[in-house]
Amino acid sequence: MISIKNVSKTYGTRFGQRTVLDDVSFSLERGENIGILGQNGAGKSTLIRLISGAEKPTRGHIRREMSVSWPLAFGGAFQPNLTGLDNLKFICRVYGVDYKPLIEFVENFTELGIYFREPVLHYSNGMMTRLAFALSMAIEFDCFLIDEAMVVGDVRFHEKCHIELFQKRKDRAFILVTHDANAIKLYCKRASVLQNGKLYPFNNVDDAYDFYNIGLKTMPVA
Amino acid sequence: MVAHPSLLRSLSIQLRTLHALMMREVITRFGRDNLGALWLVAEPMIFTLGIATLWSASGASHGSTMPIVAFAVTGYSSVLVWRNCANRALMAIDSNLPLLFHRNVKVIDVFLTRIVLEVAGATASFAILAAFFTALEWMSAPIDMLMVIFGWFMLVWFGTALALLLGAATAYSHIVEKLWGPTAYLLFPLSGAAFMVDWLPPAMQKVVLALPMVHGVEILRAGYFGNAVRSHYDVAYMAVCCLCMTLAALYLVRDAGERVEAR
Repeated sequence: MISIKNVSKTYGTRFGQRTVLDDVSFSLERGENIGILGQNGAGKSTLIRLISGAEKPTRGHIRREMSVSWPLAFGGAFQPNLTGLDNLKFICRVYGVDYKPLIEFVENFTELGIYFREPVLHYSNGMMTRLAFALSMAIEFDCFLIDEAMVVGDVRFHEKCHIELFQKRKDRAFILVTHDANAIKLYCKRASVLQNGKLYPFNNVDDAYDFYNIGLKTMPVA
Repeated sequence: MVAHPSLLRSLSIQLRTLHALMMREVITRFGRDNLGALWLVAEPMIFTLGIATLWSASGASHGSTMPIVAFAVTGYSSVLVWRNCANRALMAIDSNLPLLFHRNVKVIDVFLTRIVLEVAGATASFAILAAFFTALEWMSAPIDMLMVIFGWFMLVWFGTALALLLGAATAYSHIVEKLWGPTAYLLFPLSGAAFMVDWLPPAMQKVVLALPMVHGVEILRAGYFGNAVRSHYDVAYMAVCCLCMTLAALYLVRDAGERVEAR
């Protein structure tokens, strides 16, 4: 189980302390999934960073009693000079997994061909995304963090990701964070809405969707 | 935050992470083309060679009968070990921020990776140059090898603590990076690389001996040249300085880890 209890996060800015997350709580069991809807700047990525452990909350506690992935398909850690294979080796070393049995899977999934052994520097955006997603699937976790990753790529790639993630790994837990209500409708049983740093839980996706839409309409367009 | 793993398990995770980071860093920095990882050694070697050549050519005998090549090699290698460690640690957090998304990778791993590589490079370049020049009979073998190693060890300790301290400080303010540039330049002439403490007037000796690394260079040269030189050093003073710096650095590094914002 993962439990997030009374978590707040503030960042110092030139105009004083800014609260990005305000007393957020929820929990998730293995096999469950939750969608978190929020507009740009609502604090979605901050929440993902805290759950992944990349940053510490200012107040409150996060308990992880199952293994939690890094944000899915996050490619920011790719070094331009490393090849796709180097990146696979790196990830495997960090997580203590043998990389050799995984080469075939990653090569098939990414369809990078000879580029798998070329520096990432020469990759297109699409190639980068495929590699990032494949590496996320190479290491097994109990809970996957998904930060709008499903938005990119073509239809066929979506299909492949869908099979890997939501069919082969449906016994795991997922936290899907996005501004796209359709994605949440497609994958999640329950949803919460993140607005102005507060998290509003709903038992079904439709209620969350309605609330989110009202929020969108009433928000002043600045 | 699952129940804390045992010390042994934590240690094995940390070593694994360091290994992964080191392999990555070597390829990132030196690439696969031409010399590759050999640049780690070649870079400081070229520097030291240049300085040795300049000093020999300018006939800077430093008012003594000091063998100039050996003097340059011991002096400049000593500077490189702490200066390079510090330089590399300054940029370490910024250029590795995305890696912090992997929970096993901590800020201290990023620092240690760079420090270990710098120390390895500087040590190898020192050893290779000394062996090379000794073979050419441009310098003679050290009188007391153990003492040379001890002096080097103290300099490495100083460099490690300094690098951790400065690297962690960048998490608080980037002014550190700006200030370190001029500070490093000012420290170079004072660091004992280009003089022996004994050549200075007594008042000046007191001043330079306040700098911990001067003691390290003096120990190194005492080992290298034996009784041919008169060296001034205080092992306890340097050790206490390094110890205090290490403790402060470890505290700051832990705190820096809580402050950084992963990107």
